[in-house]
Amino acid sequence: MATFTLNPRRRGRPAPELIFGDLWPYDPAPETADPKLLARYGLFINGRFTPAKSGQVFDSINPATERKLAELARAGTADVNAAYAAAQRAFDTTWGRMPGRERAKYLFRIARLLQDRAREFAVAETMDGGKPIKESRDFDVPMAAAHFFYHAGWADKLDYVAPGRRVAPLGVVGQVIPWNFPLLMCAWKLAPALAMGNCVVLKPAETTSITALKLAEIIQDADLPPGVVNIVTGAGEVGAAVMGHRTAAKVAFTGSTEVGKSILRSLAGTDQKMTLELGGKAANIIFDDAPLDQAVEGVINGIFFNQGHVCCAGSRLLVQESIAGRVLAKLKQRLQVLRVGDPLDKNTDLGAINSREQLRKITALVKAGVREGAELYQPACVLPARGWYFRPTLFSGVTMSQRIAREEIFGPVLSILTFRTPEEAVEKANNTAYGLSAGVWTDKGARILKLATELKAGVVWANTYNKFDPASPFGGYKESGFGREGGRQGLLDYCRLA
Amino acid sequence: MSRLPITKTPKVYVGGAFIRSESARVFPLRDAAGAFFAHIPQCTRKDLRNAIEAAAAAGPGWAKRTAYNRGQILYRLAEMLEARSAELAAALLVGVKATPRARAAAAREVAATIDRIIYYAGWADKYEQLLGSVNPVAAPYFNFTVTEPMGVVGVLAPATPALLGLASLLAPAIVSGNTVVALASESQPYPAILLGEMLATSDLPGGVVNLLTGFRRELVPTFATHTHLRALSGVATAGERRALRLGAAESVKRTRLRPAEDRIDWYAADAQSLAAVGDTLEYKTTWHPIGA
Amino acid sequence: MRGAAASFPLFSPAGGGILRDLMNAGPSASFRRLFDEVGPVDSVGVEERVAKYATRSLKQAAKLWGLRTAVAMVDLTTLEGKDTPGKVASLCRKALRPSDDPAVPPVAAVCVYPAMVRHARRALGPGAKVRIASVATAFPSGQAPLATRLGEVRAAVADGADEIDMVINRGAFLAGEFSRVQDEIAAVRDACGRSTLKVILEVSELETYDKIRAASFLAMTVLRPGDFIKTSTGKTALNATLGNNQVMLEAIRDFYLDTGIPIAMKPAGGIRTAKQALQFLVAVKETLGDAWLNNRRYRFGASALLNDLVRQLAKERTGAYQAPYYFSEAATSY
Repeated sequence: MATFTLNPRRRGRPAPELIFGDLWPYDPAPETADPKLLARYGLFINGRFTPAKSGQVFDSINPATERKLAELARAGTADVNAAYAAAQRAFDTTWGRMPGRERAKYLFRIARLLQDRAREFAVAETMDGGKPIKESRDFDVPMAAAHFFYHAGWADKLDYVAPGRRVAPLGVVGQVIPWNFPLLMCAWKLAPALAMGNCVVLKPAETTSITALKLAEIIQDADLPPGVVNIVTGAGEVGAAVMGHRTAAKVAFTGSTEVGKSILRSLAGTDQKMTLELGGKAANIIFDDAPLDQAVEGVINGIFFNQGHVCCAGSRLLVQESIAGRVLAKLKQRLQVLRVGDPLDKNTDLGAINSREQLRKITALVKAGVREGAELYQPACVLPARGWYFRPTLFSGVTMSQRIAREEIFGPVLSILTFRTPEEAVEKANNTAYGLSAGVWTDKGARILKLATELKAGVVWANTYNKFDPASPFGGYKESGFGREGGRQGLLDYCRLA
Repeated sequence: MSRLPITKTPKVYVGGAFIRSESARVFPLRDAAGAFFAHIPQCTRKDLRNAIEAAAAAGPGWAKRTAYNRGQILYRLAEMLEARSAELAAALLVGVKATPRARAAAAREVAATIDRIIYYAGWADKYEQLLGSVNPVAAPYFNFTVTEPMGVVGVLAPATPALLGLASLLAPAIVSGNTVVALASESQPYPAILLGEMLATSDLPGGVVNLLTGFRRELVPTFATHTHLRALSGVATAGERRALRLGAAESVKRTRLRPAEDRIDWYAADAQSLAAVGDTLEYKTTWHPIGA
Repeated sequence: MRGAAASFPLFSPAGGGILRDLMNAGPSASFRRLFDEVGPVDSVGVEERVAKYATRSLKQAAKLWGLRTAVAMVDLTTLEGKDTPGKVASLCRKALRPSDDPAVPPVAAVCVYPAMVRHARRALGPGAKVRIASVATAFPSGQAPLATRLGEVRAAVADGADEIDMVINRGAFLAGEFSRVQDEIAAVRDACGRSTLKVILEVSELETYDKIRAASFLAMTVLRPGDFIKTSTGKTALNATLGNNQVMLEAIRDFYLDTGIPIAMKPAGGIRTAKQALQFLVAVKETLGDAWLNNRRYRFGASALLNDLVRQLAKERTGAYQAPYYFSEAATSY
């Protein structure tokens, strides 16, 4: 490993090291709020929880303990049909005709009720998906509420969405969301659709449906007209039924590029309106004049936030060659104080990998990285005996041709590459079929603006990373999908221009 | 004794040059009476590939032009069309019985085409102010959304109106810095041949617009699957739309396809719009901390 | 190339060398070079990092250890015009035994004006467990001739000060006269003899994190192992914050990894509650590690903090929340 040039004052003495030991260990600090889970959840159709017509159920597992959390209904085609019928009815009779100012008040109610039950939702989210409680508590749940607030305010101002045009709702929207931010993705999808006057059939991810169903409780409490929001649970075939339904006036999907493409193919013969938010392999670029400690923090946040289960994760670090050694040393130090473990512990930085399947995929790609000759670093943290966990992982000496530099790993694995000049950095950053996000770290303003222009990505974080806001449009270029979520631009994807 | 006129050999405008198909294939164009008029290049998928490469090469330079400059060039293009409007109207009458009504329609189409180019020229330095935004995020960051061109856009012109339809698809794409590879009307390709000549005499850099003539059934599959095309814009039949979208799926290409079965009124008020400019734009959002 | 150097050439032997060469290029050139060598700091990023410290949850043994360690790190301070021998003597008694609870350790030091050093020495006796720190060098402004300031340091050391808390010449720093700032620190260091030196940067007057980082390096380059850099005098509106503490800890870390010289750290002013103190300690633990979690390497300059630490320790011991008037010299006594 390249490191600092030895200073004359240190010559002949061993390299100083910092000790991140157990002089002052943190005691377990489990969050104890009651997630108020039911033993069994039905489908949410026409304002009521109902079992699947087939009576089938499946288990939702806590990835931190591998124990069953609840039983969920497995929807069939008949259930999806019922959900769409209820949504269309609600669109025709209530929601589609309601003045925007009234829809707005319903969205405000949802936001408030979600705030009221924030801690309960955070605990449920953490148990269901494995993410650290500090993230569900400080990010997922408040951000979900913020999305409802933001879009509530739009519902009666839709004349300002498309300059020079009047907008109208589309009808019933089918939405399928992923397992990495279960509640937040629910909010990202529901809030703009509802604000615009659409009704929704939504399918949460099979492994993380619980907070969507808890949100359905809030939707009941908010007294939303029956059928405005319908939630069907199950695996991929239910998602396919939601995406392919003839009643749908539009479909929106967030998930892998692979599934996104299959949706595109399956709907090729229709003129269906679509929004796709797919995968990414974002570059996080550090120049030699960057604020290094903040850059390192941003890189850590960029790849280890939510165990790296983030489509816009900064999974490729491009660091200017002249500072590569220093940056790598700082990253390794920072990794030593990351705490991996019980997601419910308030001091946990990295929680559990969402599913056994995902853990297997991450493990396989990391093995491929080692096999292809990249240099692996993992801190010596102790992982819990039970549950699905993966050590935060750095790969240095990576080249663009290796799988770990090209494929989306969707886990806590950072591939480190070097570059020499800004042009090379941009070239490497854009050398991917993805284009969701990018990061750039430099103290030079003009360079930031140049790179922000040249990086082919829907979101550019300059001297920061992984920041989100309901007012800030999010979405990809190229094979990272199309359409935007958030901001005025996000609403354009949920309306027709009249 | 009357002089025998020199006839023009129609060539397509690709990469700023006038070329014939690499395959050397042509198809004959006949007038309304069935008499031979000219041989039109029957472009192949390799011609399409070459055109896409020309468009991709021209893209960065075109996108980097100032908005003011792109607008000026489109105005200049309109001037070129205006000066040769009689010739364009005549081109629209090739293969058509030149009744007074047909002549009037051709003149109207040319006028509408010029006006359409003028309309989009004016958007060049304005659309960003309406489509982009500064976003008030709840943290100490300056956050703004700007638009960017998608890249190389494939345009499939409607059969009619051959000139107005083509221009209505081209202009909103290039005004923002996209470059275009367009397939002209199969039944009325000659106006596109002329348009190419006018593009060449405007100040539009070579490769920004590339016009192909030929048969849709031969070229649609390549429009569908060529992954360097980032978007498809145009008019297509149900079968074509399906094929285009199937191919587009592999590279998550953006498709803005209107059904050929629909009666599209290209003269209607909403036939030109800011939204049409937005159709070939990506939104990019940038965050930066605010601190000292 | 800007920032490309793999080491900090500023840290040349005895702090002269390159820095002195830079001085010849004129103050403004050296100013730019100084900042380039140590690199910039992004203020929003720093604040986001330290906000995470505040979310660390300390329970049971971890909390007890943290509170006791914090007590042992306190420089119990009185710096008032109305300080008297009697007040200082009472402060010293409290410093030796902050609580009836035998598990609560004495504080690290008392911190007094130079005129009060001999009274403190009398109250504590020779070789006491609690050290005597004194704010010399025309504290808090530093706006006195160097000879006067050095004289004050020598007098305080002669009266028995184990530690000298000096202020840097902010005026010279902001004017770009770095060699002067550094030379003065070196002169004070020499005047300290065997006493420990703490260099107060007065961060609120430097204002930006970039300057705080640069000033930290400027000082550390001429300090001895175990000398301190310190945030504030406590006499300005903004004193120690988790943000400027973090920037200085990172400077100490980078300097240590480059030179092997461990510099100690003292945030001062504005840390009034046990909860705050624990957050600062979390920052130390996660930035510098175990070797800095002791009062040779980390101190709190504070007065009210000690009472709250003792109060929270009593709460941990008894399980009952404690009224402030159970603790001597509490700020609120009603």
